[in-house]
Amino acid sequence: MTAHEGPQELETQFEQWRQYVLRRRELQPVDADELEDHLRGSVDELVAAGLSPDEAFLVAVKRMGSLDDLSREFAREHSERLWKQLVLTGDSGSPVGGTRSRRDLWVMLGCAAGAVASVKVPALFGLSFADDGSFYARNFTLFALPWLAAYLAWRRGARRAVIAALAVLFVLGAVAANAYPLADDSQSVVVTSIHLPIALWLVVGLAYVADDWRSSRRRMDFIRFTGEWFIYLVLMALGGGVLSAFLFNTFAAIGIVPEAFISQWLLPGGAAAAVVVAGWLVEAKQSVVENIAPVLTRLFTPLFTAALLAFLVAVVWTSHGIDVEREALLLFDLLLVVVLGLLLYSLSARDPLAPPGPFDKLQLALVVSALAIDVLVLLEITGRITDEYGGTPNRAAALGENVILLVNLAWSAWLLLSFIRRRTPFATLERWQTGYLPVYAAWAWIVVLVFPPLFSFA
Amino acid sequence: MKVAKDLVAASATPMVLGILAEGESYGYAILRRINELSGGELDWTEGLLYPLLHRLERLGHLESSWQAVAGERKRKYYRVTDRGLAELAEQRRQWDTVVGALKEIWHDRAPLTVRPLEGLA
Repeated sequence: MTAHEGPQELETQFEQWRQYVLRRRELQPVDADELEDHLRGSVDELVAAGLSPDEAFLVAVKRMGSLDDLSREFAREHSERLWKQLVLTGDSGSPVGGTRSRRDLWVMLGCAAGAVASVKVPALFGLSFADDGSFYARNFTLFALPWLAAYLAWRRGARRAVIAALAVLFVLGAVAANAYPLADDSQSVVVTSIHLPIALWLVVGLAYVADDWRSSRRRMDFIRFTGEWFIYLVLMALGGGVLSAFLFNTFAAIGIVPEAFISQWLLPGGAAAAVVVAGWLVEAKQSVVENIAPVLTRLFTPLFTAALLAFLVAVVWTSHGIDVEREALLLFDLLLVVVLGLLLYSLSARDPLAPPGPFDKLQLALVVSALAIDVLVLLEITGRITDEYGGTPNRAAALGENVILLVNLAWSAWLLLSFIRRRTPFATLERWQTGYLPVYAAWAWIVVLVFPPLFSFA
Repeated sequence: MKVAKDLVAASATPMVLGILAEGESYGYAILRRINELSGGELDWTEGLLYPLLHRLERLGHLESSWQAVAGERKRKYYRVTDRGLAELAEQRRQWDTVVGALKEIWHDRAPLTVRPLEGLA
């Protein structure tokens, strides 16, 4: 070894050691700096005592003791580090990440402001919440979601073609919501108000996967995003409710009733902004906080399975046919949606390589019992739809959804079974679900665009 | 002879504050100094020293600054604050009481020559 090589090699060793230290969450870069200085002090002294740099390094590292002990001691003083914090303006440790996430914050604020402005623009043309409720109900997602899509497209660096596609789809949504002559009390208005958000949300999905829209992994990311986004939105809605209640009551106490402000500005503006902010939060905390949707899924899968099985047993026991009233099909659609959600969010959090376990069997039981219930409902209902009530947009949409979900869940159950019997890899199930997303989109667009003329705007 | 862990932990704060009261210093030097003062009998680990320094800093007994030494190397120096000095005085009063009481008990008595535990070991 030449005199020149020695220090070089030592530096590499320090660098490796540093990387090793930084893998510990309890130890931050500043701690690594401090400990490295300590190690260097120790090495210098040993070298002065006559050891070679290599030996000195080994002895010094050994003296420092195991990193496990060290990080345990650090964790005791810095327990807050184990609770990962969401820092609004990025990691203070890395200046590059800092500027990037600050810019991110500004773009998000711009988009949120845009969403709030969009909600208030129609008021300039004399459309008020009180008198034109139906207009706002149909269009609300059109005010907020394009801004969320814009933010996501910006983050992904979407290509022009994708941006153009997004713009076209949103315009199409606006046309569907407003161009047809739908009466405020018609069924079609309700059907459109329910399906347009679904169609537009999947457009947001297109913005989300803008960088690689064919990739199954990216689509799964969008499913994860949806779950977390929804949870953040609910949390913000709770916070917004508390804020409004305080605002109302404190001002009421001094004789000012801010009802108009709250209902005309705070709630609609807040809701529109929350849509964008929730998306930003999910993006920002992606790697920071454990996803909550899969945790909820884990909690509720056994409970829902038990409830559905109990229901099936009760149906058989009492031999009481399922009472199919007007809203029943919708209720059972929602049941399938919940089951699908439970399935999707446990898929999203599962390690694709892990072998099948008891939880997978539980899921199979959940899906199969949901299917059994749904088949019972369909048997009850098919006869009636055709003769008794005739076709209405409501019922046709509900039936279509039921079929789409049924197909999805039936094939999922089959794939789940083959997975449990180790015939197919887990990835097949994942690809089935992500590949199915366009089906939902297509159906939602059909309902929004084709149904109103088809049912002569009933 | 090894000083028991509890005793090391209990005496750590006054020792660090006392050493830093002599002048600002950094981790490795503090460890060396403790070693030197105790004739090598006090076995401090890095896991004891650095979290303790960070705790004392958080409590406002110490303040720190990064200084460049020897080229690119930087080193974190700790300095005792007025608060830290007050804490040191308080700790010192307590330790004086303990040490005084122990001295009273052991007054005039020759150090124990019998080692009762050795028979058992």
